[in-house]
Amino acid sequence: MRDASPDQGRLEGDPPHPEGRQDAGTGTSSEPLLRVEDLRVEFATDDGIVHAVDGVTYQVSRGRTLGIVGESGSGKTVSSLTTLGLTRSQGAHISGRILFEGRDLVALSEDELRTIRGNEIAMIFQDPLSSLHPFYRVGTQLVEAVLAHQDLSKAKARERAVELLGLVGIPDPSRRAEDYPHEFSGGMRQRAMIAMALANDPKLLIADEPTTALDVTVQAQILALMERLQRELGMAIVIITHDLGVVAEMADDIAVMYAGRIVETASAELVFSGPEHPYTWGLLKSIPTLAGGREDDLVPIPGTPPSLIRRPSGCHFHPRCPYAQPEHSRIDPQLQPVPEKASHDVACLLESELRRRLWEELRRGCTPEQAREAVGLPAPPSATTEPGAAATQTGTAASGTSP
Amino acid sequence: MSAIEPAARPAPSPASAEPLVQVRELVKHFPITQGIVFQRKIGAVQAVDGVSFDVRRGETLGIVGETGCGKSTTAKLIMRLLDPTAGEVRFDGQDITHLKGAPLKAVRREMQMIFQDPYSSLNPRKTIGSIIAAPFAIHGLRKGKGERKRAVQELMETVGLNPEHYNRYPHEFSGGQRQRIGVARAIALKPKLLIADEPVSALDVSIQAQVLNLLRDMQRQLGLTLIFIAHDLSVVRHMCDRVAVMYLGRIVEIGPADELYAFPRHPYTGALLSAVPVADPSARREDRELLSGDVPSPANPPSACRFHTRCPKAQERCSIEDPPLQDKGTGTSAACHFPLSREEVAEIGVRSAR
Repeated sequence: MRDASPDQGRLEGDPPHPEGRQDAGTGTSSEPLLRVEDLRVEFATDDGIVHAVDGVTYQVSRGRTLGIVGESGSGKTVSSLTTLGLTRSQGAHISGRILFEGRDLVALSEDELRTIRGNEIAMIFQDPLSSLHPFYRVGTQLVEAVLAHQDLSKAKARERAVELLGLVGIPDPSRRAEDYPHEFSGGMRQRAMIAMALANDPKLLIADEPTTALDVTVQAQILALMERLQRELGMAIVIITHDLGVVAEMADDIAVMYAGRIVETASAELVFSGPEHPYTWGLLKSIPTLAGGREDDLVPIPGTPPSLIRRPSGCHFHPRCPYAQPEHSRIDPQLQPVPEKASHDVACLLESELRRRLWEELRRGCTPEQAREAVGLPAPPSATTEPGAAATQTGTAASGTSP
Repeated sequence: MSAIEPAARPAPSPASAEPLVQVRELVKHFPITQGIVFQRKIGAVQAVDGVSFDVRRGETLGIVGETGCGKSTTAKLIMRLLDPTAGEVRFDGQDITHLKGAPLKAVRREMQMIFQDPYSSLNPRKTIGSIIAAPFAIHGLRKGKGERKRAVQELMETVGLNPEHYNRYPHEFSGGQRQRIGVARAIALKPKLLIADEPVSALDVSIQAQVLNLLRDMQRQLGLTLIFIAHDLSVVRHMCDRVAVMYLGRIVEIGPADELYAFPRHPYTGALLSAVPVADPSARREDRELLSGDVPSPANPPSACRFHTRCPKAQERCSIEDPPLQDKGTGTSAACHFPLSREEVAEIGVRSAR
């Protein structure tokens, strides 16, 4: 589906690249390692066009970690798969630019991309068991990864494979290289996946929900391993997750995605200490904490994530937003810098002063309704306070979110 | 709301009242066999191996532990979905360990279960109405057509579903709403005991809170006793009065949630709590102590204390003498020869410690 030239690959009617646009991400080095500009990915399905990624801009600097947070169907996985060209064969319309060390990956041919994929950019996936081939020994699969990009003898590649297994903390690596994936535990399989990703010293590692399938003590081991490897090898990491705890532990910068767009991006400290978007507030208030009181009720976000085929008009979050105003269903918010806060961008139509006061109220433990009253904001036009209201927007939301 | 009015039942737990569920030395071993026609038993997966606890009326007991620790098997044994190898389960004063037929069916009416996966636990070919009405049909209750429909619609309203969606099918609902359907089905018969096995782990973050709040509301409204099984320690903290921590088929620590989170005594509980990532970058620690290795196989568990192979405090005694589960004087009971001290709890970075 993809054409060789980037311009032909773009959908008709799309705006030209916004060259001078404000960057998401807060890297300060002159040239970021990866720079995604106005990326759009659309899939044509029988039900309509799925707008999986809708104008996403972010960047990652060398040696830094970007955390992309979002729920299922927010476009966080598709945006990173597209970076590696893995959505090309699926009838996707891709536009925008993905600049890796200045080269536009969207414009590269499949052959050129193959020299980068698994070499300079590597990826690890959520489910390590289905990412490893059950039929081949772990060592053999590692050797294959090494030989794909390096001109080595088989024996040298084998040495490298064993060295990699040792690097990721697998005990007795030369013996374990002879094992099949089913003989590894879940945590060891994920270690093996990381070893495979590191085979060619990547500059960028994309980790898509790397610990979601793992137990909490094993998750802690894998996160610590990724941090150690980043320190030792100096690679940049993009970690994609729905778990706010994991990004808080790992990420230098955070991008929060909702319905295919980045709605908020800043350094991890800023996102957790002074979040600006009502969706981010909702996420933070809806998770129970270890130290939290048992009597505090959680404040869920009402409703369900929208269908990416028929997205809500205006601000995509407005049907679920407790602070939505009538005009928010018409005006589409842009990701803009927060006044007086360097390197904190948010896509929200509320006044920044109003947002600050709302978050102050929420932080003190108010419910969204109390916070709204405290700042004198009228209730949203279609106040969906009754929990059953969620039931009115089912069907499409349940079935249409993934391509 | 007549369908779900609290039944006349004793007020929750004065200390003297008999616990609703009493589990004693419960054991479940799954045989490992070899051969196709003539199967020889060559070993056993010791899924649950000598578990004892009580569930008091009206409380929420949390069971936490990692994959394969036996928490779901324990739940299924209580529900009698599995037959125990040894041990005893008493429900409401009655020994139900070996019940069969009609008496078992009568007991099952009093206990219901909510499953992890809202996608596979609802029959895709049945309407929501008939799914929620299934308990009535099974037990021959509310036989009139109009009466049954009314009861189901009341249940739907109670759990926050639109009663007009009575004739829709499961695929038309999102994950969170399907879990609501599961809750409606579970409370249809006004059970005394509800077992929720990982009820929110398949749901999106923003939806989890909706279902957790619903479960708590239902418990308050109906005076339910709840066994809440989860691997997420923050969720368990939020939901439970008491918590049991399981490791390789055994309970290693049990006690009131506040005490257990504030001052875990078993090194495994401490390790679990310190491993939980916390949504606060300012609390990030660089070099926390990590539990090394993986959970050993339940088919061949370590001798004596099953945690000794991974325990940072293990001594020789731990591999020889099995520590009993006993009161450690700080509110919880732990099965450990060398329980954690307050200094050690602070050192390993348990962020719920006080």
